[in-house]
Amino acid sequence: MTPKFKAQAGTFESSDIMVLIEPVSEEAGRQIDISSTVMLQFEDDIKNTINQVLDDLDIQNVHLIAKDKGALTPTIKARVEAAVKRSLGIQEGTM
Amino acid sequence: MKNALGVEIPEYIEGLGELKPFQGVWESIIGDEIPSTNIVRTLKAKKAHTSKLCGDLKDAIKKCNPFDGMTVTFHHHLRGGDGVLMQTIEILDEMGIKDITLASSSLTSAHDGLVPYVEKGMITRIFSSGIRGRLGEIISMGKLKHPAIIHSHGGRVRDILTGRIKPDLSVLAASAADEEGNATGAHGPSAFGSMGYADIDARYSKNVIIVTDNLVDYPCVPGSIRQHFVDHVVKVDSIGDATKIASGTTRITKSPMDLRIARIAATVIEHSGLFKDGMSFQVGAGGASLAVAKFLREDMKRKDIKGSFMIGGVTSYGVDMLNEGLFQAIFDVQSFDAAVSTSVLNNPQHIEITCDQYANPNNCGAMTNKLDVVVLGALEVDVDFNVNVITGSSGEIRGASGGHSDTASGANLSVIVCPSFRGRLPIVKDRVHTIVTPGESVDVIVTERGVCVNPSKPNLAAALKKAGVKVVDINDLKKEVDAMTGVPAEKQLGDKVVALVEYRDGTIIDVIHNVENLS
Repeated sequence: MTPKFKAQAGTFESSDIMVLIEPVSEEAGRQIDISSTVMLQFEDDIKNTINQVLDDLDIQNVHLIAKDKGALTPTIKARVEAAVKRSLGIQEGTM
Repeated sequence: MKNALGVEIPEYIEGLGELKPFQGVWESIIGDEIPSTNIVRTLKAKKAHTSKLCGDLKDAIKKCNPFDGMTVTFHHHLRGGDGVLMQTIEILDEMGIKDITLASSSLTSAHDGLVPYVEKGMITRIFSSGIRGRLGEIISMGKLKHPAIIHSHGGRVRDILTGRIKPDLSVLAASAADEEGNATGAHGPSAFGSMGYADIDARYSKNVIIVTDNLVDYPCVPGSIRQHFVDHVVKVDSIGDATKIASGTTRITKSPMDLRIARIAATVIEHSGLFKDGMSFQVGAGGASLAVAKFLREDMKRKDIKGSFMIGGVTSYGVDMLNEGLFQAIFDVQSFDAAVSTSVLNNPQHIEITCDQYANPNNCGAMTNKLDVVVLGALEVDVDFNVNVITGSSGEIRGASGGHSDTASGANLSVIVCPSFRGRLPIVKDRVHTIVTPGESVDVIVTERGVCVNPSKPNLAAALKKAGVKVVDINDLKKEVDAMTGVPAEKQLGDKVVALVEYRDGTIIDVIHNVENLS
């Protein structure tokens, strides 16, 4: 699937992560930009977590910007999933 | 050579001399002293009725005949508002003085201006109990010519008495002083309370300048610093930013995490066997540590406990507890907010003490040795109960040793309060980046996920379990936290020693290596 809208999820609070999604053309591939207060300690981990969620949701073409303030893995997963679903226009409930 | 904690300590450091490795908390005491050289007081004489007043600070400094390689000392009672230290360094630089040893009782955010003077080699050595901000970063990157020495508050007094720090010039700010140099921080527009850290400088420095923005009619009372130690007196327009020197009252944190940790810590104290009439107590001034005082206050009232004394690091919160009769006295080496100054001045049970009396390991009556309970913070702790309060998660210098190791060694119960992780970084490590306080003197680590009791205190662990406190093995806690956060990748530190952590007895407990590319 390919994101259609700009979307975001998360906050800039400590222990949270802000995830921004920008639609890109088909075949553009994944571009993931990460900044984090714990880059030094968890860069690979954050990247892998984001890629895993994108794999699960079958998103191949996307520009994802993540600004992390030390979110735990479940938080990262939830924020990425919410942002992606918003960008696909398939969110349910009050979002 | 290795010290008792397995840290490789250089035997000799160019510019600082021979080093002794840490052997254990009390190992240095032989008989009734820590054997060491003992300096004598500088003899000074003045003819009758000569004036000590100088036109300005530069004039006063010139009269002290500054020279290359000299040691200049300060106190840090003006905290983040200090304007005197930077002014002095600027004047000395203008005069072309170089190779300076800077020995301030601590360094704060007000001292980032030191960076260019360190980078150009005007300041080549630093002794301090704390180094923060940009200054900490550039020292971590190896920009200071000789390794910085981090001492404790009590250790600094010992450093001066044994000649490790040899003050040639001490520029001591006061919020009120008279023409002879009787000086205090207890009143005046820039009042900051106790002057406890400055006493040792005044007594042993070759040249003492009192700087004040508030020259009062003779005599200045109380005389926290006395005239017979003071060479020169300078009246200046400002000693710093009064709003950052001391303001208002200290508030208790509203952070649910800190409050939860503090509540557990107060329960630990209540069931430690020390919670009874005559208890003595010290808390830090921030976060969870101060919040323990809030719960202890409630618990003391509920159980009608009357304590003996508080020491510190005094906040208005402590003053309130004194005024409520929960404690008999406060011994005050450093006051943290404006409300405290009034109490120091007016309440005879609020006693200003020198840092020598507070925590010097080489005297026969340090207050820290009479302490029942102390509550302290931590940047990191490890499975051996060692505590780091000086370096951050990348190994960079960004904190203060302060009275941490002094109080932990003396107290019957030393309680560390800290969250189990901060912003995904686990606080419990296999080994802390830098040991400031050895696990030997740490009894309990309180986190929101459970209380770890030092295995050397099995009776305490049993008592806490019986009282329903969640006692966990520190190794299990570490595993639990690591499973949540993931195990952080550790950045490799460089080979260069950029700072030494001196234990209160003068031995070296740890070394700090350089960090490359701090952003």
